[in-house]
Amino acid sequence: MSTTTATVRSTRAELMRLRAWPAVWITLGAWLVLSVMFGYLFTYLSYTSGDPGFADEGTTQAQQLARMMPDAVPNVFLQGMPMFGGALMMVLGALVAGNGYGWGTWKTLFSQGVRRTPALLGSVAALTAVVVGTLVVTFGLDLGISLVIAASESQDVVMPSLGSVGEAAGAGFLVLEMWALLGFLLGTLARGPALSVGLGLVWALVVENLLRGVGQLLGWVESLTEVLPGTSAGSLIGAVIGIDPTSGDQTPGVLDTVPADRAAITVAVYVVLAVVTSIALVRRRDVA
Amino acid sequence: MTANTPVASTDKLTKVYGDRVAVDKVTMTVRRGEVYGFLGPNGAGKTTTLRMLLGLVRPTSGTASITTGPGHVSVGALIEGPGFHPYLSGRANLRVLARHRGQSDAEVERVLARVDLAARGDDRFKGYSLGMKQRLGVAAALMGDPELIILDEPTNGLDPAGMADMRALVVDLARGGQTVLLSSHLLAEVQEICHRVGVIDDGRLLRESTVAELRGGVSLRIRATPEPEALAVAMRLAGDDGVRREADGALLLTLPADRAPDVARALVGAGVDVHEITAAERSLEEVFFEMTSQKEAVR
Repeated sequence: MSTTTATVRSTRAELMRLRAWPAVWITLGAWLVLSVMFGYLFTYLSYTSGDPGFADEGTTQAQQLARMMPDAVPNVFLQGMPMFGGALMMVLGALVAGNGYGWGTWKTLFSQGVRRTPALLGSVAALTAVVVGTLVVTFGLDLGISLVIAASESQDVVMPSLGSVGEAAGAGFLVLEMWALLGFLLGTLARGPALSVGLGLVWALVVENLLRGVGQLLGWVESLTEVLPGTSAGSLIGAVIGIDPTSGDQTPGVLDTVPADRAAITVAVYVVLAVVTSIALVRRRDVA
Repeated sequence: MTANTPVASTDKLTKVYGDRVAVDKVTMTVRRGEVYGFLGPNGAGKTTTLRMLLGLVRPTSGTASITTGPGHVSVGALIEGPGFHPYLSGRANLRVLARHRGQSDAEVERVLARVDLAARGDDRFKGYSLGMKQRLGVAAALMGDPELIILDEPTNGLDPAGMADMRALVVDLARGGQTVLLSSHLLAEVQEICHRVGVIDDGRLLRESTVAELRGGVSLRIRATPEPEALAVAMRLAGDDGVRREADGALLLTLPADRAPDVARALVGAGVDVHEITAAERSLEEVFFEMTSQKEAVR
């Protein structure tokens, strides 16, 4: 049996079990709730209450309304990804790989003659399908909400250009895929979900931010932070959304540290490295 | 491939963890169509050996190989407890496994029925009893009718009826031409269903032979007084190495059962009172403990 055939079979198998796994739906649900809350709910409440201090400090009601219109969906869609979107995908990736060790399901697979590389590639492919599904559902939900708001506020509907949608989809995919696969790698390294989830979250939410702070004092640390996953992901999203350096209203995790093309390449390199390293580890190591 | 063809074999297989030798130059052969019992106390190296055979663990040195037939789905295994997704039902878990292996849902139903789990197949794995989990693990090992089935302690957690079912299943598999490598603590079970056994302790294979060879055939057990005179007669008939004195004073003679009249006549002729004379057969359990205790004495 060729590796391709075996990988396709394993992808179908992994999709079957991920579809039935509550952890996947809980993670997706948490992302959608947070995305809608920070993308639309707070802005809408601020807009309707007329209280400029509630959210989006320093913006006018017209600007708030413009942010909730359909043509702004690509930006809203992306803005939560560097921070909690990435963190949630990393948790999911760590669970997908790590629980296979905790539950002994990798052992069961490999002792029934299923080859390691196709099994792992199948798992990665299924995880990628979840990432793509998350992007599609998020975009559809954001667009639906913005259309409802536009209708309720009697605004003309201007749809986002295909170019901006494509750009947002590409950047969003790269960022979420990178974090999901880095989580997968951590789950493989730690051979369990708990440690990998904990370490991953501390890294993504705390350590990189601290390093960026230190980087303002030490040049070599600053150079190092420019190639870290969080900085690269934040810069990629920042390049697509656009950052106004004069505005005090900065979305957490969205940066302008690294140019877009460099950020995209760095994120893509992390994607490839995470897959290759995971496969190399699983092929070489004993399965307890 | 014919009977007696090796299906699985190891050659000087060794695994070292740090400064601990878990498996020490184990050379064993499992032949096609046989039920091979792999015996040893806890921590003897059984599971590590099986893991190396399946490629789950890399040997430090030596080789482990499974020889497969043409057009093979060759190996099914249950190693050290079943590992499944707790949120899926037993049936769904097997279907996931079937997808990985390119097998049909009909195959899932077949093996569920084989281990008597079809009625509870839609229950979640995390709600299963230990015995049900074990049966699901065996079902996974049976999927695709593999040529070689490796079962590591398959009766763990099973009630007496479940154990009897498992024993019948293994016998049935062997009747159907499948090869079974069975690791177990339950020596009575192994004695009953295995053709050959390998005994491992402290990482070393102490013996590999048929069960009958290992048990050493039938012997005669006598109780007679006075004991010194009885012992002298017994040694004259069975030789110095052919007599063993048991804890209750009985003598065990390595002689076939049909020599009982000769023994009785000789004892009575020597003025010895014969209280009991029976044909005795050592159980695999006795041989196993004898082998492992001899090893302890040598240490």
